[in-house]
Amino acid sequence: MRYSVGVDVGSTQTKAVLLDADRRIVARSLVDTGAYLVRAAERAYEKALAEAGIVRGDVGYVIGTGYGRFKVAFGDDQVTEISCHAKGAWALFPNTRTVIDIGGQDTKAIKVSDRGEVLDFAMNDKCAAGSGRFLTNSAEALGMDVGAIGERSLEAKTPVRLSTVCTIFVETDILSYLAQGKKVEDILAGVHGAIGSRTVALVRRVGSEAEVTFTGGVSRNIGMVRSIEEKLDLRLNVSGDSHYTGALGAAIFAMERMQSGVEVLA
Amino acid sequence: MSAQLVAGIDMGSRTAKAVVLAADGAIVGRGIARMRPDFAGLARDALDQAIAAAGARSDDVAYVATTGMGRYNVPFRDIQVTDITAVARGASALFPATRSILDIGAQSTRAMRVLEGGRVKEFRTNDKCAAGAGGFAERAARYLEIKLEDLGALSNNADSPTVISSVCAVFAESEIINLVTAGQSVENIVRGIHDSLAQRGFQLLKRVGLEAEITFVGGMALQDGMVRALEAAVGQKVNVSERPDLCAAFGAALLARQRLAKQEEVAA
Repeated sequence: MRYSVGVDVGSTQTKAVLLDADRRIVARSLVDTGAYLVRAAERAYEKALAEAGIVRGDVGYVIGTGYGRFKVAFGDDQVTEISCHAKGAWALFPNTRTVIDIGGQDTKAIKVSDRGEVLDFAMNDKCAAGSGRFLTNSAEALGMDVGAIGERSLEAKTPVRLSTVCTIFVETDILSYLAQGKKVEDILAGVHGAIGSRTVALVRRVGSEAEVTFTGGVSRNIGMVRSIEEKLDLRLNVSGDSHYTGALGAAIFAMERMQSGVEVLA
Repeated sequence: MSAQLVAGIDMGSRTAKAVVLAADGAIVGRGIARMRPDFAGLARDALDQAIAAAGARSDDVAYVATTGMGRYNVPFRDIQVTDITAVARGASALFPATRSILDIGAQSTRAMRVLEGGRVKEFRTNDKCAAGAGGFAERAARYLEIKLEDLGALSNNADSPTVISSVCAVFAESEIINLVTAGQSVENIVRGIHDSLAQRGFQLLKRVGLEAEITFVGGMALQDGMVRALEAAVGQKVNVSERPDLCAAFGAALLARQRLAKQEEVAA
């Protein structure tokens, strides 16, 4: 019973992180969420256990987070993804005061204390404009792999100006730019710029106090990192584990509960 | 065939549609081609299909009017007209007593109030966000693994329609996935989608002022369940033609015919 696990069931992907008693990451796993959230959570958990070479009995506490957190059937408790991203970002970069999290369907700006607690946050609650799906749909419209578009956007000489931030409309916008003969990298720079502006507007609502840490699946996109850095005029913290930040935060909460010893006795 | 055919091409966000009219205004050919970045070639494909269906040759078409979001990208056009004008003209020709029109395409939803003869008095469109447009139903069909054209019939079999609360098409997708996971029947979900689109359409219609008769056009009007959902929302019957998806192309062709007649008048 030395380990804790955090499972982050996101709209697109489900992540799990397994920590040891010294709060070191022992294993991480990633699966596509799909339509069956319970199964996705289960698969991510099993994958992390297998990677660590341990069994369920070795895990003392599991916390579910993300939009499907209540579907983590084997979990002991749930914590919102806002709290988990704040906690995880703080664990990766202790000087973090602002967190930008861009996931598959939502974008959040979170203001955190020097102990990783949430002070304030803002998010896109009405529409998916500016989320990861905007990038996926754009890549699809261009017939490209979503993993390749960030790098390519950096080659732009004269970025286009998109007329929309709507995730559905962007496909048509892209098609008409292609019809006009615009270069792919210039269109992509327009796409990244549009999300960057939208993200920075959210960040301004909570204040952009340094250090700023970028988390969530979209933080792996170098084009997005550069676009936000340019607009905020500062460097962003991005960890190799940024995609797992929510799950990491959940695993830390789980370890705290274990080590406080109260709830684990039962 | 004389050289008196005219054509209307509607360059929509999902498909290009072409309608060819004979000198007397009768529809003699229809064509449809799926969206791709080569707009000129796409328009040509749709038009060629319509010309072939009419048993005619390209030279027989004396005048081409384009409409839709890609209307400027068709180099061989003689004139372009806005979608609003084209739809209003087409709907009024099909149903002369039309006073309100709802057009639900793949990405746009428009409500119009028209005068006799199809002159547009007022209109509203969803220009910032795709909420309420048909693309949402198309994506939902893909998730539910059913054909788009089967949605209409399924919706009619709903016994207790679900409520789709999201207005964003992307969020609604997740909502639908959750409804599937929760064991809701496909019929009830599809009816929920139609009801949600109907409500958005109704709100838009109210903003331009709803006045009978109402004519429903655009690709979504092909789905019977959608028509019923709209009728339930507005509380009255709505006019739907046999090919509501071709209404804008038909309207553009009528305008082409009018322009051609005027040209010949001047020449004579």
